[in-house]
Amino acid sequence: MYQYNQDDQTILEERVAQFREQTQRFLQGKLPEDQFRALRLMNGLYIQTHAPMLRVAVPYGLLSAKQLRKLAHIARTYDKGYAHISTRQNVQYNWPQLEKVPEILEQLASVQMHAIQTSGNCLRNTTTDPLAGVCKDEIEDPRPYCEIIRQWSTFHPEFAYLPRKFKIAVSGAGTDRAATQLHDIGIHLVANEQGEIGFRILAGGGLGRTPVIGKTIRPFLEKKHLLSYLEAILRIYNLHGRRDNKYKARIKILVKETGVDKFTEMVEAEWLRIKDHMELSDQRIEQIKSYFAPPAYEPDADQDSSFGIHLQQNSDFAAWVKFNTREHRIPGYRAVFVSLKAPDSPPGDISAEQLDAIATLAEQYSFGEVRSTHRQNLLFADVKQADLYALWQQLDQIKLATANIGTATDMICCPGLDFCSLANAGSIGIAREINEALDDLDYVHDLGEININMSGCMNGCAHQSVGHIGILGVDKKGAEWYQITLGGCSENQAAIGQRLGPAVAKDRITTAISDILEVYVEKRHDQEKFLDTVKRLGIDPFKERVYENN
Amino acid sequence: MKIIKDKKIVEDTWTFVADDAPLADGDIVVTLDRWQAEKDRLLNHAGNLGIRLEPDQDIAEIAADLDKFQLIELNFPVFTDGRNFSQARRLRKHYHYNGEIRATGNFLRDQLFYLYRVGFDSMSPAYDENLEEAIPRLDDFSVTYQQSTR
Ligand code: SF4
Repeated sequence: MYQYNQDDQTILEERVAQFREQTQRFLQGKLPEDQFRALRLMNGLYIQTHAPMLRVAVPYGLLSAKQLRKLAHIARTYDKGYAHISTRQNVQYNWPQLEKVPEILEQLASVQMHAIQTSGNCLRNTTTDPLAGVCKDEIEDPRPYCEIIRQWSTFHPEFAYLPRKFKIAVSGAGTDRAATQLHDIGIHLVANEQGEIGFRILAGGGLGRTPVIGKTIRPFLEKKHLLSYLEAILRIYNLHGRRDNKYKARIKILVKETGVDKFTEMVEAEWLRIKDHMELSDQRIEQIKSYFAPPAYEPDADQDSSFGIHLQQNSDFAAWVKFNTREHRIPGYRAVFVSLKAPDSPPGDISAEQLDAIATLAEQYSFGEVRSTHRQNLLFADVKQADLYALWQQLDQIKLATANIGTATDMICCPGLDFCSLANAGSIGIAREINEALDDLDYVHDLGEININMSGCMNGCAHQSVGHIGILGVDKKGAEWYQITLGGCSENQAAIGQRLGPAVAKDRITTAISDILEVYVEKRHDQEKFLDTVKRLGIDPFKERVYENN
Repeated sequence: MKIIKDKKIVEDTWTFVADDAPLADGDIVVTLDRWQAEKDRLLNHAGNLGIRLEPDQDIAEIAADLDKFQLIELNFPVFTDGRNFSQARRLRKHYHYNGEIRATGNFLRDQLFYLYRVGFDSMSPAYDENLEEAIPRLDDFSVTYQQSTR
């Protein structure tokens, strides 16, 4: 992974000093709340229901063992002993004290971490495919470009006060696992007719209140122009994005209101003016790439026979391998998901002890690195098949081996009413209820691939509108109700889910989800996946069942 | 009145003339509206001439006249309106404007570093600000990732 040089480190340390001064001024009453608000948000600090929430950046989801141990230390010292993985691959603490935040930042800076631009109307952390560099369908590893974007976007002087937040995702594989069509800018590594690799650029996607699927504004961009093109888009957005209404301020609205052709024209015109002054040299790209060179894989890793034997002898292990591991481009290796969706724990939460244990397992089995995923799990990218059984046993001991990745109980869930001051309804409690209703793992396995995404309000932090099943908390005269959508998807065939019908009451939502799953089991063809059944049948059969008793 | 200019605290030599006020002597700054309405008269003004732009006013409107202005003020109605950062950048890089660019209005001292980097030379906040305390914020960072406009 990328290693900081002296300049990177200096920037972090100067940032800590800057934020410490701002916090002091605020605490001394010299900085008004509305001004401090904008400044603290750009440092990932929210004021929530109980306490501030601090969002720590995990650039494109990469973490070292050392960083995990630091996160564990912070969880123990400044929080209630746990941390939370967000849907943008970041780490959140729900209980730090405002006065202590500069100290936490100092601790983070000691392991090359920070909370820079994790919130606020600025360029946010760039996200990518959790299987980057190891999946078989990859055109090129996207991480070096994520790092190039990270550097460019960090404290960019021109784009710190945008109309609204701005998110960029990069995908290098055939399958889009980074939801690039649902970002302000989506970047795809693609090959042109000559076989050269460059980028396809999408703009204007986004979730939230008005979910929109991004449009391609440039089918092929040479690599050397990456930053000039991004800069052109950002400048057009900064100048022309709406600032009169925060719900209409995202770039998706600008693209829609301007028209994609006109918008593209504006971007291209701006780009032509700047492109020759901002080229990325091959040397620069190669230098950054060198940080993401493949680790020292063992050439004969696939010769191991113990893996096959364990698979045959232990059906629990076999189920875990089937659901929680993925094929690797190197024979004899697999990528291993660490499920943060144990039935009795809030989705995405992880304790300090678990963080420490994962750090040790990473060193033992996966070259000392871990990744966070947008479905709120962790991943060991490079595990030898010979080590899988031992790893599974150790993960199982710390409750991180629930064999449910990609299934109905691998829910994405925002903090909801329990923590978030914007929430209309609880989400963690509903996740627990759904888990209880789906306590038969064989049934969950039989249901197969189903993404359930649940947000506590319209802001849609858990991307409910692209969940195969989306659940959205709404407020009805002070009571918690839930709006269900079906058929959303964030991958290649990105789609916004369709509303099933009127919102259902809190005591009915879990039954409604069970009903939907039953209809699927009754109506599916052979191996047909849930999403395909919904596409084939439309929402009516599901709707009938859910509302027949209402 | 004191302002920050070229990283120092200096006495302001310019006078902003409101649209309904008579023109003053010396170096004056007028709004875009006034410039467009009274161009001929302003071109005969004895002192130096400056113009104040609001963030929604397009620089293209004065592109042909840029050499008439020794000062361009970019006004911040609120500090969260970041359009002026791009406006200044465009003035410097696209229009090759070499005169003074000044931030006026309601920006924060916490934005000075960014303002300076995108091409502002001087800063004149609309509210009571302790400039001595503010001036170090021009140098919040000693290293940066992007090319500077300077
Ligand atoms: S979706 Fe709403 S309730 Fe959930 S975390 Fe986001 S803002 Fe809070």
